[in-house]
Amino acid sequence: MLQIRNLHVAIGGKPILNGIDLTIHPGEVHAIMGPNGSGKSTLAQVLAGRDGYDISAGSVHYLDKDLLPLTPEQRARAGIFLAFQYPLEIPGVANVQLLRTALNGQRRARGEAEMDAIDFLEYVKDKLVLLGMDDSFLYRSVNEGFSGGEKKRNEILQMAVLEPRLAILDETDSGLDIDALQVVAHGVNSLRGPERAIVLVTHYQRLLNYIVPDQVHVLAGGRIVRSGGRELAEELDSKGYAWLDDKAEFIEASP
Amino acid sequence: MTNVELQQRIDSEYRWGFVTDIEQEPFPKGLDETVIQRISATKGEPAFMLDWRLRAYRHWLTRREPGWATVHHPPIDYQSIYYYAAPKSGGGSNRPKSLAEVDPQLLATYEKLGIPLREREALAGVAVDAVFDSVSVATTFKAKLETLGIVFCSFSEAVREHPDLVRQYLGSVVPYTDNFFASLNSAVFSDGSFVYVPKGVKCPMELSTYFRINASNSGQFERTLIIADEGASVSYLEGCTAPRRDENQLHAAVVELIALKDARIKYSTVQNWYPGDAEGRGGIYNFVTKRGECRGDNAHITWTQVETGSAITWKYPSCILRGDNSVGEFYSVALTNHHQQADTGTKMIHIGRDTHSTIVAKGISAGHASNAYRGLVKVLAGADNARNHTRCDSLLMSPDCAAHTFPYIEVKNPSAQVEHEASTSKIGEDQLFYLRSRGLGEEDAVNLIVNGFCKEVFKELPMEFAVEARKLLAVSLEGAVG
Repeated sequence: MLQIRNLHVAIGGKPILNGIDLTIHPGEVHAIMGPNGSGKSTLAQVLAGRDGYDISAGSVHYLDKDLLPLTPEQRARAGIFLAFQYPLEIPGVANVQLLRTALNGQRRARGEAEMDAIDFLEYVKDKLVLLGMDDSFLYRSVNEGFSGGEKKRNEILQMAVLEPRLAILDETDSGLDIDALQVVAHGVNSLRGPERAIVLVTHYQRLLNYIVPDQVHVLAGGRIVRSGGRELAEELDSKGYAWLDDKAEFIEASP
Repeated sequence: MTNVELQQRIDSEYRWGFVTDIEQEPFPKGLDETVIQRISATKGEPAFMLDWRLRAYRHWLTRREPGWATVHHPPIDYQSIYYYAAPKSGGGSNRPKSLAEVDPQLLATYEKLGIPLREREALAGVAVDAVFDSVSVATTFKAKLETLGIVFCSFSEAVREHPDLVRQYLGSVVPYTDNFFASLNSAVFSDGSFVYVPKGVKCPMELSTYFRINASNSGQFERTLIIADEGASVSYLEGCTAPRRDENQLHAAVVELIALKDARIKYSTVQNWYPGDAEGRGGIYNFVTKRGECRGDNAHITWTQVETGSAITWKYPSCILRGDNSVGEFYSVALTNHHQQADTGTKMIHIGRDTHSTIVAKGISAGHASNAYRGLVKVLAGADNARNHTRCDSLLMSPDCAAHTFPYIEVKNPSAQVEHEASTSKIGEDQLFYLRSRGLGEEDAVNLIVNGFCKEVFKELPMEFAVEARKLLAVSLEGAVG
């Protein structure tokens, strides 16, 4: 589904990603972990198509097509979803309005019929139940006055509504208390399926207790320095990121 | 999105820029007492009207253009303007008696503007008094309104048919000495709308006038007077478009509203005069005086405006809250793009006790445009327990635009409560990316953000106007993000 090859990305001349290689198949859940500044969020933003990054080398293929020339909206319509680390507020725009505009825009792009207001309301109500949200969420302005936990849940609600093929969750666990984390994890788990891949970008292992990944990758110095199963996350949790430093430097020094 | 791409996209065409080829009957250019006498005579006005015009003219000669607004334009040559232009078929004694007699080309113009009179008659329940340049061409629904005692007609007709009402109320809110442009208007106004709603009558439909400047080099000076007698209520819609021309045209209108005891007037405007081209050539100078007075207790006046057009807008729809417990409201969206300039806002004058006012002003600037909110909240000594809430937000869409806020607050009564909130924000790249990453195209994303920003104002507009306002914003903002 997603093939990243030798991806090099810089911002304002400063290299952030220095040769990422990653392959993700449908149905898989990958966790990308790493210390602050390791490039995790940059990778998430580049995949979603954010401007301002200089991609100096490498390639990204999604569903066997070159992803990099596509605009953010084209990527979204092709089934890529990014849950933001810091979801934005859109004052005066009701949540339900954004959800329906987004879903119908994507359906239109795929040549499917648009959902009318009544059908949509029924559709979205099931999703609300999934995330333990009540109807009032629909009529509040997008993320305006939401608590940190509500914003994160709202991201997962959008994901549930849009049903992406590749979902990238950027630090969705940060700022969540344990109850909220469980709700969010439950929502994400219920969206797991053989056709859908999920990438969890996270600093902490905690989230992975609730959403069990198929693979864990450790990002340091703009490269994936280790990949493994779930036990890698536990190892990180017990040893911290410090033990990686040597390894990162080792890779840095190698030809 | 780079600035170059954005700049290319900013050039959204003015869709209403067609010119109707109808023979015009202009007076000579320029202004003197003879021209005023001719205007008055052409319209068959009574002596008091001519006398008023001449006093206004003589006063105007002693005044100078106001210089305090944050707008800039080359000097206006008031002697190079045609002060009266009427379509030939519609002028003077040849005035059409019904729609069937109206020049079909004129009706076609209205069609292009999206106001098919006949359809409206049948479908929308809107009575339209259409002002085409200077003469009011067609008045619909008149008969139905007449049965309720409601007078809804062109100003000229009101002067002829209801001289006592005109004489009693004309200039009672905006005297001819009020300001330079109001004086000029009082001297030369050619037509406009007149509404009188008698005691206790609730006008059952929205009343609507579409103004349109057609003749080249002709100023349009219309005059609107709306009176809601005790316990009456009326909602009035005003929409404006003007064709594209290279030269600047002057539009100096006056609107007066009078709400007596327990009366309610709601006045909504969607102003889409030609704004000039992308380089700032041409466009309407829109210098308008709009003021309403809550003359009796419990009266209520609401101004709602969506201003997207004109090269320059200078306009402060205001409320004089004279009656006790009266309410004044002002809801405004002003959008400026390219080189447009807007200096707009309101004045809320609290005179009576327990008077309340609300101001919600939303300014949107794009391109190289300048957008200023200027508002006065004045609480006089006798206005016990006056309350005002003002909310004033600016949204910046490009690096080269400007937003200004000039709130003036004068309080002479210690029991007053006056609140002012203001914010300025730039349309965020982050917000746009957020919406685009959900699959919205860039323009849809901009429209969603702008509509959200304007929501508090749009909800005050009658339904069909709200739809039109959204469309206008979308057209005016095509690609205008930077």
